[in-house]
Amino acid sequence: MSPPAPVETRPVRPVGPLVIAIEGVTKLYQMGEETIHALRGVTLDIRRNEYLAIMGPSGSGKSTLMNMLGCLDTPTSGKYEFNGNDVAAMTDDELAEIRNREIGFVFQTFNLLPRSDALRNVELPLIYAGVPSGERHERARLALESVGLGNRIHHKPNELSGGQRQRVAVARALVNRPSIILADEPTGNLDSKTGVEILALFEDLYEAGNTLIVVTHEEAVARHARRVIRLHDGLIESDGHVY
Amino acid sequence: MNRIIYEFTESVRIALAQIRANKLRSALTALGVIIGIVAVTLMGTAIEGINTGFDKSLAMLGDDVLYVNKWPWTGAEDWWNYADRPPLRPEDAVKLNRIISSSPDSELEFGVFGDSRSASLKSAGNSVSGVFTRGTTAGYARILTADFEEGRMFNETEDESARQVVVLGYDVAQALFPGRSALGATVAIHGQPFQVIGVLARQGSFLGLFSFDNQMVMPLGAYRKYFGIRDDNTEIQVKIRDKTHLDNAREELTGLMRRVRGDIPGQRDSFSINGGAVFKEKLDPIKKGIALAGLFVTGLSLFVGAIGIMNITFVSVKERTKEIGTRKALGARRVTILLQFLIEAVSICVLGGIVGLGLTYLMFAAVRSGMPSFPIEFSPALVVVSMLVSVVTGVLSGVVPAWGASRLDPVVALRYE
Ligand SMILES: Nc1ncnc2c1ncn2[C@@H]1O[C@H](COP(=O)(O)OP(=O)(O)O)[C@@H](O)[C@H]1O
Ligand SMILES: [Mg+2]
Repeated sequence: MSPPAPVETRPVRPVGPLVIAIEGVTKLYQMGEETIHALRGVTLDIRRNEYLAIMGPSGSGKSTLMNMLGCLDTPTSGKYEFNGNDVAAMTDDELAEIRNREIGFVFQTFNLLPRSDALRNVELPLIYAGVPSGERHERARLALESVGLGNRIHHKPNELSGGQRQRVAVARALVNRPSIILADEPTGNLDSKTGVEILALFEDLYEAGNTLIVVTHEEAVARHARRVIRLHDGLIESDGHVY
Repeated sequence: MNRIIYEFTESVRIALAQIRANKLRSALTALGVIIGIVAVTLMGTAIEGINTGFDKSLAMLGDDVLYVNKWPWTGAEDWWNYADRPPLRPEDAVKLNRIISSSPDSELEFGVFGDSRSASLKSAGNSVSGVFTRGTTAGYARILTADFEEGRMFNETEDESARQVVVLGYDVAQALFPGRSALGATVAIHGQPFQVIGVLARQGSFLGLFSFDNQMVMPLGAYRKYFGIRDDNTEIQVKIRDKTHLDNAREELTGLMRRVRGDIPGQRDSFSINGGAVFKEKLDPIKKGIALAGLFVTGLSLFVGAIGIMNITFVSVKERTKEIGTRKALGARRVTILLQFLIEAVSICVLGGIVGLGLTYLMFAAVRSGMPSFPIEFSPALVVVSMLVSVVTGVLSGVVPAWGASRLDPVVALRYE
């Protein structure tokens, strides 16, 4: 990774209203006899226009927290409010709705549909949102343009480089104009040069007014965020503007 | 609800892409369905063919005609029970008609005596053998269902004076006088000259087996003179007034014939009444046999096909667990995932069904052009039935794996490698 820009020169956008409020959240996994405490009581507020990194060693609960924030999973105990709504009380379909409209996921392994071209992949959240096809194409095309892939919209994933695939995934995360974009190790499968490109893209997204949460175990990645949360063994160890 | 429509079309697109990507696997999986659909549609063409062929043929035979014979048409197992019945005679028909005309509300209209056999005949240049030859009275004109291509039936005078005139079936006339009119020509039957006074219009064949056009009709007197009457074979054809009252007519005819024949009360009938329902019943076991065999093959291959498709859908769900997780993360609801895999299973079945239907149609077309009179029919109902069967098979075989897929925990699915 290239060295980070000096902290003081980076713009920090004023934060907006509260999006995520979690309080005393725990998550237990039962592995046969053994109970694993993946999260032991996490309290966290995230506001609009934040650029947040969640750090921690492997097994510290980063992905678990991330899944929770992304409404893929519900807490074993504790409170989770998304835009003021109690997530614990939601049905599976309501959670699907929240994920569709409010959250954009970027995965370490890109998770693109291999047989669909870039445009189709980016359209997918819009299909689930019930957007008519004309509007769907247009918005997907614009999203791909915004990540610099306007000339690749009909390429299949296997016709794209790793960095381009992750850009498609970012476009897919953006296309439904979510409240937050959640990225779990977004550069984990990329070489450092392409990783930097993706982080530059995140910087652009942040400056354009998006809310970003990036899970990483790399300091170099976390350094790009404006706020860093460090997890250790299922608990928040530190939370603040580290750099 | 637009969303469902978009999700549906998306699912169909995905399913077809999936099938295209796994051509061989899908084809092998669809094999069971293909065989099943071929079996069910072939069965359908055969049964339908028999039905339409039967109705057509029955109309040719006269579906408003009952036959009084010495023997019943069904079952020859107990022939000795009928062997000592006295033969049916021309006088029986005369007596019968006398009773019928004196009872005004009779269900019966008219009876005509006849005998038949196979004979050969010659014209100047040609000869035909194995012609179904009927000797009967002039009243037969009222029973005959065929139209006349040319000429007419013999009349009572010709009948009573045993004139040597004959009415030819279409094929017989064609064979003897190709491309010419047979009317007025003389043919040799049994070495005797007969004058052709009529040619029947083309009728076709009974179930493609027995041709109605390979026949001739002559006055009973002439017939008796050259062929003799075979007692075992004589019959009285009785036209009924209303074919929807077949059972009443049969009952009445039984009573009248007992009177005509002087059967003693308490004693069994000295004759058998054939035709109508008896005739239809005769085909029922054939149709049932075809249906049973067809259903067995269909059921078995659809069952095997369904298991194959269930298996392939399980594999597909397993292979794409991560994709399911991704889709759920992007906002796919349970019903969306359920629909996706259900549609995939149904698509394989429907494609299999279309192929099966196509194969059946090709076979049908081949048989049709090779053997035009073979009793098969290809109807639009078969298309509907086979598509329905395909869809139901697809739903039944896809529902369990698809349900499982829809219930997957997105977190677990996303972690799946
Ligand atoms: N689905 C699960 N079932 C059982 N244990 C799990 C599951 N998911 C995570 N864990 C456990 O919870 C802990 C936290 O995992 P995770 O959140 O994936 O950590 P990180 O992403 O920080 O590496 C680990 O000990 C992991 O083994
Ligand atoms: Mg992790």
